[in-house]
Amino acid sequence: MTDHMLIRGGTVVHRETTTRSDVLVVDGIISLVGEHLDIPAGTTIVDAEGCWVGPALVDLHTHLREPGGEEAETVASGARAGVLGGYSAVMAMPNTSPAIDSSAVVAQVLALGQASCLDVAVAGAITVGRLGERLAPLAEMAELGVTFFTDDGTGVQNAGLMRRAMEYARGLNVVIADHCEDDALAGDGCMNESSLSSELGLVGRPALAEEVMVARDLALAQHTGCELHLLHLSTVGSAALVAQAKQAGVNVTAEVAPHHLLLTEELCREYDPLYKVHPPLRTANDVEALRMALRSGGIDAVATDHAPHAPETKDRPFAEATPGMLGLQHAFALTREALGGADADPVLLFRVLSRTPAKIARLTQSDQRRGGHSAHGGEIAVGEDANLVVIDPEGRPVVRSEVLASKSRNTPYEGRTLLGAVRHTIVRGEIVVNDGVAQR
Amino acid sequence: MSSSAAGQHLLAIDDLGSEGIEELLEVAEAFGEVERRSVRKVPTLKGKVVASLFFEESTRTRLSFETAAKRLSADVLSLAVASSSVKKGESLRDTVETIEAMGIDAVVLRHKSAGAPHQVARWVNRARVINAGDGFHQHPTQALIDLFTVRQELSLRRGQQSERSGLSVFEGLNVLVVGDIRHSRVARSQIQAYALAGAIVTIASPGTLLPDDVSSWPVTVAENFEDALRSADIVSVLRMQEERGSGSFVPSLHEFTATFGMTEERSMLLKENALITHPGPMVRGVEIASRVADDERCLVRKQVANGVPIRMAALFLALSSPEEASRD
Repeated sequence: MTDHMLIRGGTVVHRETTTRSDVLVVDGIISLVGEHLDIPAGTTIVDAEGCWVGPALVDLHTHLREPGGEEAETVASGARAGVLGGYSAVMAMPNTSPAIDSSAVVAQVLALGQASCLDVAVAGAITVGRLGERLAPLAEMAELGVTFFTDDGTGVQNAGLMRRAMEYARGLNVVIADHCEDDALAGDGCMNESSLSSELGLVGRPALAEEVMVARDLALAQHTGCELHLLHLSTVGSAALVAQAKQAGVNVTAEVAPHHLLLTEELCREYDPLYKVHPPLRTANDVEALRMALRSGGIDAVATDHAPHAPETKDRPFAEATPGMLGLQHAFALTREALGGADADPVLLFRVLSRTPAKIARLTQSDQRRGGHSAHGGEIAVGEDANLVVIDPEGRPVVRSEVLASKSRNTPYEGRTLLGAVRHTIVRGEIVVNDGVAQR
Repeated sequence: MSSSAAGQHLLAIDDLGSEGIEELLEVAEAFGEVERRSVRKVPTLKGKVVASLFFEESTRTRLSFETAAKRLSADVLSLAVASSSVKKGESLRDTVETIEAMGIDAVVLRHKSAGAPHQVARWVNRARVINAGDGFHQHPTQALIDLFTVRQELSLRRGQQSERSGLSVFEGLNVLVVGDIRHSRVARSQIQAYALAGAIVTIASPGTLLPDDVSSWPVTVAENFEDALRSADIVSVLRMQEERGSGSFVPSLHEFTATFGMTEERSMLLKENALITHPGPMVRGVEIASRVADDERCLVRKQVANGVPIRMAALFLALSSPEEASRD
């Protein structure tokens, strides 16, 4: 018994162009792409009239909080937020409790991912307990398919240890990713350091704290030849440093979060911890530079840094509140808003939200080693795994925190009208979101 | 007269504006009269409940607010944080909501986190919030005390009645704020208040004790401290906030005193009629020499005395409806 699905009437977004095509999926694999395809009896019709049909999105930076933070998010609830946002794969960050720093915890999260509605790739910690003191067993985790290592939540402060991590990772052919903030400079800072932080009496986290570590990591990557990925860049200076390093041939990729493409430090003026995040919201200048870097390819990908937090950790004085904000469910429309609004090029959107992050996460080939994941961020072409999203560019849903799929409510976008709506998400050939409604 | 402060929270000086400052100083003059009566109590806030919530150590500010509330016949509910539910892990929000449920009209709040009073003002339903110092951010009543005291002194010298002088006495005055500005909520309130009142504000401190970025502040950073002292009409000396780690921002307190302390030698550079203020408590021998502190140009004792009428005015205005206060 074969399973047929026809995605009909949409505009298919390819790597460089768009075409008006139908897409026939048979048993989870794209089997025909073209106009006015014949429909075998019993085919499920997915209406894509007026919509974009592209590869489902891939998030390089998702905090799923499990194990240890289940009051804020679980793999299941985070996955649901993901598919509603048009994602078919997410990279689970290792700052859980315990940290994902051993094969046992990797296996646990992978198993939870298998039971969820999308593919969960796991990022392993670089150091034991993410304490920045000694290397975690990278090879043991790589054995389970982990290809991406980071102490995210914090940067690896010790340059000598980071060098060793890169040298070791290069031998394993895995990516080292860093949360670039120098603790000695960021200190107890809780918002961007500026004349506003000075006025508000809040201790600042200077752009310098990020840029010093970006510069260090680029130098280390150049020296070791390790593949480096820079997480959530937020400043003009970081964008310039990465562009320069790419020119010099350093093996580096970089991501930016939707909130750093849209929001500025001005939002901290009323001391609402919803807007507290590390690295912090910066200035309009930074926002502009990050948008330009994303357009030019200086920055490669948009990654959400989806960071769910229980209300009691946010409902506190600003300096004491936990940093982080939600992002997974609305990233496509937010990125579109940042990259030109309704005029933004869908080819560019799918490049930065799906195709490039899939490559960085090494999810473009399916991996059966561990019961594995399917292929993501590919071409819409015959033989590819059907991880697809259908987005209505004319949809204008309004963000309502009370109906988010996440277990947490810390979205900074409450009340915002979104530029586009995710209508259908298809993961491994299964319709997991149908007409904007999660199916499980 | 228009009333901009009446019925409002008092969170930061900028919210008051120059009209609000003038109004509050005038109300304080009237309450200053009460202080000179034999029965120093008026029934103005009879039946109102004022809660003082000090999440950070303080003696003078707390006593001054509570005395002010009692002079106005309000009932005072005082939360001793050390023995309260806060120690048991209760959140600031729950503490405030619990206390408001007991039927209070005003919250006087001190907290180590900047912005806590703004957040509390969003959480309460009807109570008015008065900021008694939040982190490095603001301490509005202290700045108002300074302006009030300076205005009295200058009016006296000019043979004017203080309550009739409005803010005109500040027009064009050179105000120099010296010392640990980075960690000072008093400085932030003072700078806003003096600038709104028409004075020209200069700041002087070691590079590490300047705020990170003052490009949008209504101030000039002194290039030469001695020159700034020579042209100052008012010098506001700030306390070195050792408890906030000021010490680690300078090589030693000794070196701070040598470079930015208000020493006797430096006081000689001041104009003969210059005035010195200090928010207290003073650390004699560090930011201010004993003989300078006891100099008649130094207003520190008068500042302390003026704490009560200023806080009576702050409570009175916050708890009056805009209509009542403008019935003049």
